Amino acid sequence: MWAFLGSDVLFFGTLIATHLVYRGQSVSGPTENILDIPITSISTFVLLMSSLAMVLALSGLQRGKMGEARFWLAATALLGSVFIGFQMYEFAEFANEGLTPRTNLFGSTFLIMTGFHGTHVAIGILWLWSLFFATFNGKIHQGNSLEVEIAGLYWHFVDIVWIVIFGVVYLVGAYGAEEHVEEAGHAAAAIFGIG
Amino acid sequence: MAANTGILRRPLAPVGIWAWMTTVDHKRIAVLYGVTAFFFFLLGGMEALVMRVQLASAESTLVSAATFNAMFTMHGTTMVFMVVMPAGAAFFNFLVPLMIGARDVAFPRLNAFSYWLFLFGALFMNFSFFMNAFPDIGWFGYAPLTSNEFTISNATDYWVLGLLVMGVGTTAAGFNFVVTILNMRAPGMTLMRMPVFVWMTLIVAFLIIFAFPPLTIALAFLTFDRFFDTNFFVDIGAGSDPLLWQHLFWIFGHPEVYILILPAMGIVSDVLPTFTRKPLFGYSMIVFAGVVIAFLGFGVWAHHMFTTGLGPWANAAFSATTMAIAVPTGVKIFNWLATLYGGSITFKTPMLFALGFISMFMLGGLSGIMHAVTAVDSQQQDTYFIVAHFHYVLFGGAIFGINSGIYYWFPKITGKMLSEPLGKVHFWLMLIGFNLTFMPMHILGVIGMPRRIYTYAEDMGFEFLNQIVSAGAFIIALSVIIFIINVVRSVRQGEPAGDNPWEAATLEWSISSPPHHYNFAVVPTVRSQYPLWDENANVVLPPALPAHDEPVMPDPSYWPIVVAFSITMVAGGLIIWQGHAIAGLTVIASMGLLGMRAIYGWVLEPMEDEAHVSVHH
Repeated sequence: MWAFLGSDVLFFGTLIATHLVYRGQSVSGPTENILDIPITSISTFVLLMSSLAMVLALSGLQRGKMGEARFWLAATALLGSVFIGFQMYEFAEFANEGLTPRTNLFGSTFLIMTGFHGTHVAIGILWLWSLFFATFNGKIHQGNSLEVEIAGLYWHFVDIVWIVIFGVVYLVGAYGAEEHVEEAGHAAAAIFGIG
Repeated sequence: MAANTGILRRPLAPVGIWAWMTTVDHKRIAVLYGVTAFFFFLLGGMEALVMRVQLASAESTLVSAATFNAMFTMHGTTMVFMVVMPAGAAFFNFLVPLMIGARDVAFPRLNAFSYWLFLFGALFMNFSFFMNAFPDIGWFGYAPLTSNEFTISNATDYWVLGLLVMGVGTTAAGFNFVVTILNMRAPGMTLMRMPVFVWMTLIVAFLIIFAFPPLTIALAFLTFDRFFDTNFFVDIGAGSDPLLWQHLFWIFGHPEVYILILPAMGIVSDVLPTFTRKPLFGYSMIVFAGVVIAFLGFGVWAHHMFTTGLGPWANAAFSATTMAIAVPTGVKIFNWLATLYGGSITFKTPMLFALGFISMFMLGGLSGIMHAVTAVDSQQQDTYFIVAHFHYVLFGGAIFGINSGIYYWFPKITGKMLSEPLGKVHFWLMLIGFNLTFMPMHILGVIGMPRRIYTYAEDMGFEFLNQIVSAGAFIIALSVIIFIINVVRSVRQGEPAGDNPWEAATLEWSISSPPHHYNFAVVPTVRSQYPLWDENANVVLPPALPAHDEPVMPDPSYWPIVVAFSITMVAGGLIIWQGHAIAGLTVIASMGLLGMRAIYGWVLEPMEDEAHVSVHH
């Protein structure tokens, strides 16, 4: 699992790097000013709380408290679903304001990057519900809590990726360090001959 | 426990087509990989011969420019992704568990899944031939050639989706071998006692899991560009830049070179000690050199892009890292030479191919150092000199190394020896044909013949050398025919190999040829790097157990092939979707559901079937 996560770092690293390199190069349509920081802060908080629930689920299972484990597994999955709900709302809002993957480079890189992240979250939710139901027929029990621990690793990883995206793409994008980031981006772009 | 998670009965018979389609035995999967790779080797070879016949005379009209483009594209793509990589996978699969004293890989069903994704992805891409849409964008598919504007047909769609499908399988195999090597070693098999081949497999597996994600993303971007009209690589008016593709592709592409060559280095490092009768010189140096090559391999990608105007700083930096990577490579070559020095050398066929590897690969490495100099590279970019260079590395290197491995381990895989005389004819014909084919390409490149042109004028002075090159290509083809005869003859009437025909030192030679499906009756305890030389094989390994005490092995499963099939068909649905939206969506949805169902079937299915377990307990 650690090997998979290491590999996934490169996966998201490439997505975020592409977004940054193309930052500020969109020639038309809405870009970073479209981002809604307050709303996204709430959804980020929800996702962070889901990680807490995940920890509690594993802890409950390891102590043999099946009720606790089930409750927190379901809570993790539900909080994840709320996050996905926020994301769907966000994408719909953007579409209303005229931003789709076809609109401009910001649309392409931003929506596909966050779309891939949302897909990861969705897979995690399916996984968590599968584990939840597996606790009822005895396939998941105290003795094989490793199964839940691995799902937890994945969940926390997806969470961490979101923190990076929220920080680098949303906060920096909306508020600034504008000139510094732009400078760094241009320097990087110049070194590699892009732009 | 519900043993059966699907509608179909779990096929438990050990023989027949169902047994092969549902096998999870690493040795059978290795054979599948090997046979498939050889089939694509013949296909890619024929594509090369078409090009060579076309170029044998000036202003030839045998094939059109468009056909020629398709030939070099599919020749390159086939040889890299469908021949050398799966040939490496065949060796990993067969040898790694045997060499580390394990009964199988860590995830046997994931292993089968990787193979079927590779096969289906490769067939998917080649299916384009029957749809009259053969990819013609070069094996590195530079933007903007891949855009909707320049590829009107589905050709590029088959290429990009085929690579995506194969890439998923390869990445899964990478995880599998990292976990296998780190967690499945027999007692006493410390990391520094592992055969070099296992070390190189571990490094390649890490390279795969770090190099394939950037490729996957690049291909995903391209898929969005082609199917959903995004602008990642295409529309410069919208601010995008086609160079981004080159960066992403080569961040994958250069580590890929080491993914192709390190297995061959591992094979040679295990063949040399056997035929010189002495331990490998500088074992730890060779291992660490491999690790250093892997690290540096991620920092040299822009040397494929010196002429794209990156500017002096990037060029200088990548020039320096490229020269630096020659150092660990040189370390390996000197260690191999030192292994030969003072050894009692016997020139059996595996040894000949290993020596061929060292000498030919070194020539390719030397011309590689020439390209590291930006000024020189600017002259050689896109000429036949480059074609000569990478064929010395990938044919003279990888293919010679793989042949060495085939001759060395064929007796273990089949229990029969290959013919030595035929093997020697194969080697010498291949060596001569290879040099006739690729040596003159250096000169052609220097006198100015660009790569990828489908013809040239008579007065350009290219014709004579091209005729030699084409003649050489047919000598290589002849040597391959002799190899086929050798294999067929050996399978039919080859002499029995015995457990250890080469008197080699590593664990795989301590068991029967071919091995039992459970490999080791008793898991061996390892006390040194060369267990069969340092102590009697019987000490390492007690004699085989009676049948009723056989270890329980994972049973076959049909879920991996079903998941692989549904993933490939989702890609197919995407292509159908372009012409017929409803039909395409139907295929995507139904195959997606089938895939989901199959993943649950896979996860809930116990490793050993109920019926099978009860026989043993």
